[in-house]
Amino acid sequence: MDISIHHYLAVAAILFTIGVFGIFVNRKNIIVILMSIELILLAVNINFVAFSAYLNDVQGQIMAMFVLTVAAAEAAVGLAILVTFFRNRGDIAVDDASVMKG
Amino acid sequence: MLQGIAFYLMAAVAVGSALLVVTARNPVHSVLFLILAFFSSAGLFVLLGAEFLAMLLVVVYVGAVAVLFLFVVMMLDVDFVRLREGFARYLPFALVIAAVLLVEMIVISFAVVSGGAAADATGPITFTDDVTNVETIGRVLYTDYVYIFQAAGIVLLIAMIGAIVLTLRHKPGIKRQNVGEQVGRDARTAIEIKGATTGSGLRPEDLR
Repeated sequence: MDISIHHYLAVAAILFTIGVFGIFVNRKNIIVILMSIELILLAVNINFVAFSAYLNDVQGQIMAMFVLTVAAAEAAVGLAILVTFFRNRGDIAVDDASVMKG
Repeated sequence: MLQGIAFYLMAAVAVGSALLVVTARNPVHSVLFLILAFFSSAGLFVLLGAEFLAMLLVVVYVGAVAVLFLFVVMMLDVDFVRLREGFARYLPFALVIAAVLLVEMIVISFAVVSGGAAADATGPITFTDDVTNVETIGRVLYTDYVYIFQAAGIVLLIAMIGAIVLTLRHKPGIKRQNVGEQVGRDARTAIEIKGATTGSGLRPEDLR
């Protein structure tokens, strides 16, 4: 039962697809949309690390660390915008979030 | 054999919990399943020999990002039932898109990989025994990627400042200590001399 790189790529592809699926079905709930984006970035990280391990090149893991950094920053700023939006509107339904056009 | 069992267990748990993240009715449950998905992915990273990144995933995602999500979900008083409107309406469309995307990605990645150098590897290539995974990462990260490393720090700093600026608000009607005004006082502004004539004195309202 050898685990080749195809197995890891398949898992990452499934996770990515679930993330995109989550964005489509939860169009009003921005919290779940942010979580779906985290899932998508996690799938990208799995791809990076799998290639890094199977090609014996550590640069993939470095890139995965940078993806992790950006994901953390994105989550923090996204949730801050969400909290501000909730304070101003009293709701977080994003389908009528046209006030953020500026 | 044991590695195969571990891989399938971790992968199944990761995929299952990811599905529950996007379909759970209660967003608090979504966050908890997100934590489970990150934990299983950390297990996959350990299987791949990337121990440092696995621990980083647990610390950063489970320790910081997921707890942040949990705080926000529990802090906001939102009617989550109303937010699920349209779930059934978008479901068929989303399933079609997801199926097409999955087939495309698997076909393309398998096609690319089977011609590449990683195709015939039967397992992750473990790094040599005398150099650990952390040391390998450190040797590359602080030499070849030092500028990008610093840029990542700046990204985090800007994100921190942005989050603080967005959420900080001063409530009106609260007395605050103004340190600059306090320190800037001198003898001329500290006391005020009222010219009271002898025998008449001052009424309290004259002191304003």
